Amino acid sequence: MRPLRSLATAMLKGYFRDRMALFFSIIFPLMFLVLFGGIFTDDGASKADVIQIGHVAILDDAPKEAKAAYAKSLGIHKSTDEAAALRKVKKGDADALITQKGDTLVLHFSRADPVKAAELQGQFQAIVQAANIAVTGQPPKFNVTTQQVEDESLSAIQFYTPSLLGWAIAAGATFGAAANLVVWRKNGLLRRLRLAPVRTSSVVLARVAVSLAIALMQAAIFIGIGKAFFGLQLTGWWPMIIPLLVAGTLAFMSIGLFAGAISKTEEAAIGISNFVVLPMAFLSGSFFSLDGAPGWIATVGKLLPLKHLNEGMLDTMVRGDGPSSAVMPIVFLLGFAVVVTAIASRFFRWDD
Amino acid sequence: MGVEIRAEGLVMTYGDTRAVDGVSFTVASGEFFGLLGPNGAGKTTTLEMIEGLRKPQAGTVRIDQYEPWKREPALQRRMGVQLQASSFFERLTAREQLDTFGSLYGVAAGRTDEMLEEVGLVDKADVRTEDLSGGQKQRLSIACALIHDPDVVFLDEPTAALDPQARRNLWDVLRTMNDSGRTVVLTTHYMDEAEVLCDRVAIMDAGKILELDTPAALVRGLDAPVRISLAPGTITVETAREIAGGDPVVDEESALTITTREPSRVLTQLANRDALDGLSVKGASLEDVFLELTGREYRA
Repeated sequence: MRPLRSLATAMLKGYFRDRMALFFSIIFPLMFLVLFGGIFTDDGASKADVIQIGHVAILDDAPKEAKAAYAKSLGIHKSTDEAAALRKVKKGDADALITQKGDTLVLHFSRADPVKAAELQGQFQAIVQAANIAVTGQPPKFNVTTQQVEDESLSAIQFYTPSLLGWAIAAGATFGAAANLVVWRKNGLLRRLRLAPVRTSSVVLARVAVSLAIALMQAAIFIGIGKAFFGLQLTGWWPMIIPLLVAGTLAFMSIGLFAGAISKTEEAAIGISNFVVLPMAFLSGSFFSLDGAPGWIATVGKLLPLKHLNEGMLDTMVRGDGPSSAVMPIVFLLGFAVVVTAIASRFFRWDD
Repeated sequence: MGVEIRAEGLVMTYGDTRAVDGVSFTVASGEFFGLLGPNGAGKTTTLEMIEGLRKPQAGTVRIDQYEPWKREPALQRRMGVQLQASSFFERLTAREQLDTFGSLYGVAAGRTDEMLEEVGLVDKADVRTEDLSGGQKQRLSIACALIHDPDVVFLDEPTAALDPQARRNLWDVLRTMNDSGRTVVLTTHYMDEAEVLCDRVAIMDAGKILELDTPAALVRGLDAPVRISLAPGTITVETAREIAGGDPVVDEESALTITTREPSRVLTQLANRDALDGLSVKGASLEDVFLELTGREYRA
């Protein structure tokens, strides 16, 4: 026990004194969390900027409740200079221009942002239809209510905390294992430890313990900051992320072990780790949701450990699923770790 | 204290090259033994087989009753190693390195201060190894090898890449190492180092041991002439030739040198002519033995 503990202590001290490692495993992913958590605070939809020229009866004379409803999505400014307003729309400084010619509402828009253009057209159609029905004095016969399929609480921070945490853990565990292996092989410490009365398993377990400690620390910091500043809400079974993190860390360590085993220098090991971790983070939806992505991306994602870790953490941490939803990801991650470690061990050398 | 090492017929081949080609020797308990040879002679590979990092392809090594390649903890606890590179944990201080290595061997914490004292690094105890000088790093790595008070110590080129002051400083540490009856095996390519430190020396080249004896016996065995150098202008070249008899005389700008096997006759005659000012006499050194055995041509 004592050799294991002192090796782990030595590694952990080395990690905390390595400013670069600290930055890239904690500060850098946190910067993304703050950035994304701040940008996408209200689900991305921002108000459309509409310029109104002259009197528009439908808007100006609308009842109070109706005004409040469209004020949520429309920001209307009045102006008298139609030519200047049109130029603004053309340049993209405003989203649309609205005037009334007789009983016809005229909407000028730019196709530069097709989504917003379609939204605006739909919205004004709806306002006009509602006004038409109101004129008849009859209650509308058909009504529609809408319901989002996703959990409505899955706001930006709910999605980004588990997803970016997954990326941070992947980077930390992969780089840690890769750099550790190459540096110790190059400086002869691996050989030195071989000649000490220490079992190889103790050395490996010490590294695993250190990587796990780092992963748990990353999770605590992410969840703490998410809760304290961005209103992150954890759902019932969130402690299931702990076994998920353990399995994920082992899977990413195996990638790092492979990178370290085939690299001659520390630079090469870090390069290979980057080459694996960054595309994996994109394809696993760490930086943005892949719900609308083409099918082949989902297929590739199924092979990536980070995708399974992210899904498992999303399910248990913010989607409110039961603990069983973590089982399959854990099984996949452990299987991945076993296979990749076996491959890495074929390339492993004690010295250069 | 001290162990006996017996190596017999060691062979290690890498591809087509026989790095070690039938090496046999024994090291007695308490002996300071040197493996000497140019780069690529096979010293390090030989040492690695003795330490147990490599299993010999042929031949046997015994350290007392142990076969080192089996890496038995019972032997490893009695064995100290200092490898060619400075093998440290990253970003730890000198004290933390010693504490960590100590705990691998189950050593009590108080040992660290003793070792820092012994290698003169007390004032560097809290400096990270990355910030130590080359000589300080080597002293620390020797302290790490001695932390568990081993019965046998292996040192692989401990003074490589050190400046002359740092080397001599390190010799002071090394010289006392087998005072307590410890067995020490050292590889080096510095002749002066082997001459100062080692009880016996094996000169290796191309994977074979060429000579094995005490440094003094090796030098005597060379039966090399003595070089007597005089400051220029002390006597004329003609006088020198007359004194030298048939022995060669070389007249250079810096000195006039007579190479002779009868130094007493030559020196007496020089004394008679009152020509001893600025005179120097040089016998053969281990370096001459080494060059005699391994050849003088430069090998890249």
